[in-house]
Amino acid sequence: MRLEYFQMIDRVEALDAEARTLRAACAVPEESPIFEGHFPGYPIMPGVLLIETMAQAGGWLVMGVLHRFSHMAFLVQAREAKLRSFVTPGAALTAEARILHDGSGYAVIAGAIREGGKRVAEAEIIYRILPFPNETLRARMLETARRVGMPAEWLEQAAS
Amino acid sequence: MSTTFETVAGIIAETCDIPREKITPESHVINDLGIDSLDFLDVAFAIDKAFGIKMPLEQWTQEVNEGSVSSDQYFVLTGLCANIDKLVAAKAA
Repeated sequence: MRLEYFQMIDRVEALDAEARTLRAACAVPEESPIFEGHFPGYPIMPGVLLIETMAQAGGWLVMGVLHRFSHMAFLVQAREAKLRSFVTPGAALTAEARILHDGSGYAVIAGAIREGGKRVAEAEIIYRILPFPNETLRARMLETARRVGMPAEWLEQAAS
Repeated sequence: MSTTFETVAGIIAETCDIPREKITPESHVINDLGIDSLDFLDVAFAIDKAFGIKMPLEQWTQEVNEGSVSSDQYFVLTGLCANIDKLVAAKAA
């Protein structure tokens, strides 16, 4: 994870297009300017960044499985968000996402984060699905999708 | 029709915190009930789930924006419920 760049997903470890699920590895850095403020002398991952982590895991799932990267998934709602435990620097997290609904112009996922098998956060997340607003964002999203390990054949289709 | 309307009205009342008695078959979900686009997403999700359908909202919005269809056809509850019934019938066929 590079928190200050909002790079929350390190690597997609499992992607099941039929079951519509994704699991990703997310290593919390030992050091980050974020921890200087949250909190001084007691560094813990901000809850909003845990929600963002679930949103990004689900976002890759929705954009890849449902739209093959033709559209962007924008977070518009987090429901029933629960932050069950503090997450500290150096934690090895697993983010999970499962598609609950493929709507017209929107999608809904169930997200969760585990640390050592223990569930530390969960939320139901809704995205608005829109065309990429510009080529810069589209290119950067495809590049990031490649970096995190989304299927190469989907990315080749999207890039062509 | 009445069953569909009752279900949809119940969803709108619960999701958007609108008194049930204010919701009539003639209500326009945006102009009369004041439901914004984010709340309408919640309503759409609940309707899709309740009826096991996928309302083609993008297509409807495009048709309304192009002026080929009046927004009443899709967003007044009578019209919305009739379209839901059609989608349910098409799914069963």
